[in-house]
Order: sequence, then C-alpha cells, then structure tokens
Amino acid sequence: MRRFEYHEPMTLEEASTLLTTLGEGAFFLAGGTDLFVEIRERLREVRHLVNIKRVPGLDRIDYCDTGGLRFGALVTAGQLEASEAVIAHYPNLRAALRQLASIQVRNRATVIGNICRASPSADTIPPLIADGASVETYRIGGGRSIPMAEFFTGPGRSVLEKGEIVVAVTVPAPMPGSLRAYIKHGRRKAMELATVGVAVSLDTAGGVCTGARIALGAVGPVVLRAPLAEALLVGSKLDAATVAAAAEQAMQECTPISNVRSSAEYRREMVGVLTRRAVSQAQEVAA
Amino acid sequence: MTKFHLEFTVNGEARSASVDGYRSLLDTLREEMGLTGTKKGCDVGDCGACTVMVNGEPVNACLMLAAEAQGARIVTVEGLQSGPDDLHPLQEAFMEHGASQCGFCTPGILMMAKNLLDQNPLPTDEEIRFGLSGNICRCTGYTKIFEAIRTAGQRMAAARSADAASCGCGCRTEIRVKRREPISAEG
Repeated sequence: MRRFEYHEPMTLEEASTLLTTLGEGAFFLAGGTDLFVEIRERLREVRHLVNIKRVPGLDRIDYCDTGGLRFGALVTAGQLEASEAVIAHYPNLRAALRQLASIQVRNRATVIGNICRASPSADTIPPLIADGASVETYRIGGGRSIPMAEFFTGPGRSVLEKGEIVVAVTVPAPMPGSLRAYIKHGRRKAMELATVGVAVSLDTAGGVCTGARIALGAVGPVVLRAPLAEALLVGSKLDAATVAAAAEQAMQECTPISNVRSSAEYRREMVGVLTRRAVSQAQEVAA
Repeated sequence: MTKFHLEFTVNGEARSASVDGYRSLLDTLREEMGLTGTKKGCDVGDCGACTVMVNGEPVNACLMLAAEAQGARIVTVEGLQSGPDDLHPLQEAFMEHGASQCGFCTPGILMMAKNLLDQNPLPTDEEIRFGLSGNICRCTGYTKIFEAIRTAGQRMAAARSADAASCGCGCRTEIRVKRREPISAEG
C-alpha cells in the first residue's frame, strides 16, 4: 500500500476538524473497500486517512412503523442485508445489498460509503432514492438533512462540504399497498458493477397506483428519476399497456454514455426492459 | 510515519506487533506474523484469496488496515485445524476430491466454505455458488470444490446430529432427507 498517515478520532467534531486542517489529500475512511482500491491503483492521492470507526453511535440500525428506517455511517452492507426490518419492509434495498460485490466485501463496506462515493452505478442508491430516503449530516456549526435525490451533483461528487460527515440515512416506512423492486443488470451475478440498475417504488390503493418513483442507475451522471414515466403510472391500474408506455418513456428520460461495460444504446434498451420487469416484480412480491 | 502498537488474537493466540498505519492486515499477517497460508492474489478485493475471519465474519484481509484489527479475533487458514494432525473436515474433503490444483485460491475458499457450512451444513448448489461468489479459482472449474464442500458438509452435519448414526459417506439421497427435516428443524 502507498504510504499515508492514519488518524483515529473519537468524536465527529475531532474527525471533521482533522479533515479540514489536514487539507488536500485527507479523506474519511469508513469501510475502505473502495478507498483502498483507489489508493493501490493510484486513482486517488491520499496523504491522510481519518478513520471514523472509533466514533461511537454510528453503527445503529433502527426501525419503527411511523419513523421508518434509520442506519448510521458505520453500518455495513452485510449488517443491513441481515437486518429484519430491511428483510421485512425494503425488498428493493435488500436486493441491491445482496448483489453488491461479495460477502467478504459486504462485511467491510458501509452502505453510507457506497452512497458518498457517489458512483452513478452504486447499487444502494436507486432503491433509496425511489423510497424517498434522506441523508443526515454533521457539520461544525450545524448539520443538515438532504433528500438523497438532491445529494449528488455528478459522478463522484455530492453537495457535501469539506469536513462534512454523513452520519445517517433515513428511509420512510412503507405505506400499506407499497410495491417495491430493484433489478441489477450486469454480465455476471457477483462482483459486478451494474450496467443498468432500476428501482421502482409504487404506492397503490385498491389496485390503483397513487404514487410512483422510478430511479435509474448507471444511465446518467447521477442516479436519475424518471418523472414523466412516473406520471404515466399514477392513476393507472398498472396494466400491461400503461407499464409498457412508462417503460418507453423512461428510456427517453435517461442519458446513458458508452463505456467499457456497455454502449449507450444497449443501456437505453435495458432501461425499458428493466423498468417493465421491475414493476411486474414489485407486483409479484406484494401478491 | 506513526507506528501503531497492535494487539489482537490470531488463531486463538494473543499476538502483538508494531505496524505502520498504512499496512494492510494481509501484509501484517504474512510478513509480521509469518502466516503465509493467507494468499495475496489481486490485493484489491476481487479474488478472495486473502479471506480471513475477523470477529467471526469473513473479510478480504487486503481491504483492511492492520490498525483496524486492534483487539480483534482473527482466524486464518492456519487456524482451521484443531491440531497438527487433525485436519478440518473441509481440508480432508478437499484432498480426497482433488479440489485444489495450484492451491492459491484454496485458503480463501476454505474460509468461505467454513463460513457457509457453519451456518448451513447442507447447502444447495445455488447456496454454495452464492457463498463462494467472492472467490475466484482459475484451475478447477469449481466442480471438485463443490463436491468437496458437499462431502464436508455432510460429515459435519452427521457429526452434529446425534441421531444421524448413518453414513457421513456422502450418499445424496440420505442427505436430501436429512436436509428437509431434522437439520432445518434444529435451525
């Protein structure tokens, strides 16, 4: 490993202060599963790592039927995957977690690290955006709560300021009649980055769709919503014709690029296929 | 560079070392502790050859700093066997089935197979695939690895189950029956 100085602050204030005073080349460390790869492959010039794992209180997973789910910055993908609340209420997030890298990586990688890395192909982001999640931060002088849909500003970039720390993510509790799914598309089943990832979160009452959120991963600079496609679903009975029209619309709303994993054209086609499939999978899970 | 005084338990033994903050757990185990059973393959978390147990959970030792293992319980492939001449059922089965060819992936696969069988001694092929999805073998084609894991699992289940006075030989019919009833009932 390339050399860097290692720091173990005991409080958020100490961590935040360290990061600002150490200046360029200082980064927070939580799980490290992406950061250590970037260091070894010289993708990121690191002089100081500020490990936040000794900060107490960041490893909790809480759920209640009114407040929903809240997980801290140190909760690993493996812990959230095994959480009863996630298994029972967030099938889309669970699907994303189970398909993230490998068991070994999930035992180290934090979910909030996956979010803060701000990759357009990150598995956990589409289901969280579709479910209306928010990000809670710590800053010296006062933290804030940011809707996850407004958190990302580009590949690898977010609204976080230097020294600002995401301490938790909250996800509203599902309403009765909520239908959810996440489908990851790649060339293989494990250890894969999504070529396209589609999450849907639908509210229904008496068989009619009353609210729809579609989040598209790896087909734009950030994970995208598809508001026009969502509008087509709302008010419908999620019949095949309407779902097909919404899927077609979602294809028009994404902005994929061609890269080593896929061409833009293929990604766009897959958005159509997977949106349709995700809606029908969400209906099956609920049935 | 600041050195850290590291104290942890490795294969049941209290160990200590003075390590640089940037050293990986993998390099520390191999170079400071002399535990070269754990292999360095890709060094970026893709291949699984460096899998060790940290506080009971399998992780890639290359993706963890030694400093982060302060106070942790580590088990490496050297800690699988209970005595010098007493191999783990997985190690026995791997030898019998020829599940190891060049052997480089074997330590990591043994650790993940142990992790799987400890929770689920009679896994389906799909469950074995899922359990090993973070480990790459470039020699065997995995078939013999699967056979060895099934054999070891059957023996471990038989050893655990008091009324399973039968086999341990690996006959599949027997296992299917056991799988659905006593084992799952016992959780």
